[in-house]
Formats: sequence, C-alpha cells, structure tokens
Amino acid sequence: MVTLNDYLFVSGLLFAIGFAGVMLRRNILIIFMCLELMLNAANLSLVAFSRFNLTPERTPNYNAQVLVFFIITVAAAEVAVGLAIIVALYRAKQTVQVNDINKLQF
Amino acid sequence: MPPLLFWTFAALMLIFGISVIAQPNPVSSALSLVVSFIALAVLFVSLDAFFIGIIQILVYAGAVMVLFLFIIMLLDLRSGQRKKAHAVTVAGGILIALIFVAELGQVLHAFPEGNRTAPALGAPVQDVQSVGHVLFTSYNLPFQIVAVLILVATIGVVVLSKKELD
Repeated sequence: MVTLNDYLFVSGLLFAIGFAGVMLRRNILIIFMCLELMLNAANLSLVAFSRFNLTPERTPNYNAQVLVFFIITVAAAEVAVGLAIIVALYRAKQTVQVNDINKLQF
Repeated sequence: MPPLLFWTFAALMLIFGISVIAQPNPVSSALSLVVSFIALAVLFVSLDAFFIGIIQILVYAGAVMVLFLFIIMLLDLRSGQRKKAHAVTVAGGILIALIFVAELGQVLHAFPEGNRTAPALGAPVQDVQSVGHVLFTSYNLPFQIVAVLILVATIGVVVLSKKELD
C-alpha cells in the first residue's frame, strides 16, 4: 500500500527537480516555472499530512488544506506580478536570459 | 488508491517535471508543466482532497499556465537563442539536488511514523463544505487579507505594464 513516506518522497523529488531547474536554466521564464514546481511540491506534502493525520472525528485535517488554498491564491498573484516584471524587463533589455541581466551584479 | 495508480501518476508528474527543465523551447516547457500539474491534481484527489485537486486544475493548469503561454508567445522567444549554463553551474545544480534527495531519503528512513498507510475515514469526506467552513471561521481574517493582496497585485500589474515605466 501507499505510505506517507511515499508521498513525502515524491514531493521531495518534485522539489529537487524544481530546484535543479532554477540552477540549470538561464531563461527567466523557465526559472519562474520551476519556482511554481517547488511551490506545488510543498502543497503535495501538506495535503499528504492532512490526510494521514486525522482529527478525532476521523476527518482529514482541513487546516492544512486551507493553507494549500492560500498558497495557490498567493502563487497566482505572484505569477501575475512576476510576469508583469518580466515583460517590463524584456521591454527595457530585449532579453530574457539571466546572464544578460546583470546591472545589480557585484 | 491502488499503489499502481499512485506510482503511475507520480512517475508522470516527475517525468514531465524533468521535461520542463530539459525542453529547449519555452512553449514545450509550459505544456509539460501543465501535464505535471494535472498529474499532481490526481495525487491530491487520491488523498481525498477533491476541492484542492479541482482548484489545482482550474487555477494552475488553467489560469496560471495560460498566462505563462500568453507571455511566452507575446515575447516571441526563439528557441535558438538559448544560452548554455557553465559546466560548473550544471554540475553544482545537479549535485545539490542529489544531495537534497539523499538527505531526504535518510530523514524519511529515520521516520518510522511515516511508514504507515492512510487511516480509514469516519465518513465520506464533505470536502468543499469542510474547507469552506474552516476558511470562513478560523481563517476569516487571513482570507480577507488575501483578498486585499490580490487587489494590490492587480494594481501593481497595471502600474508595471504602463508605458512610461521604461
């Protein structure tokens, strides 16, 4: 049967994939997508904990699912603002490669 | 959920997750991410979180990824202009991810409480009702604050998109 550790391990693997993507890719849009991947990995472990730790009434712990709801809402707002920043950046620099965007670099 | 289905959808999610970072074309990456999110929504449903699974598909696979595709096509990126990362960066990124996975395996190995199957539910879940009840009673104030946050984000996007900025 599927155990809590299986869900946590899959969630950790998804987080590692997102993290590797942030390190490996130079395209700022794909880096942004990998951030979404990492957020979703956290959501998966939250929902798994909610299902495996029942309340005394034997229902899933809905506090965790409300937290996931908030994460999804805030992530949607974050995507809107982040993409607006990327479009403004592209207008100013004509590039989406992070290597070419180094004005703040030491 | 039968283990076979769980591992099928988990593998689907991870393979398309890897495809996100392996595809040279940003459009292919975005579409891979949609498939990955849908497989993740199936895993949510397997955990009896039907409401979260549905909003995962509606908000993420629907709204957010369409916004991504819209911006990618608006910017007119050619896949040919992809720049390779340094070999050191590639090795470092993969190494840190592998160290993270190894450490995770060790932590989960030393966590015997996680080695159990899902306990039986008292009754079939009334998912939307229960989440809504918790949301509007215990978490009413954070809910209102999130509403203000989305308003601020909307105004911020309008300001950022104005022509005078550049």
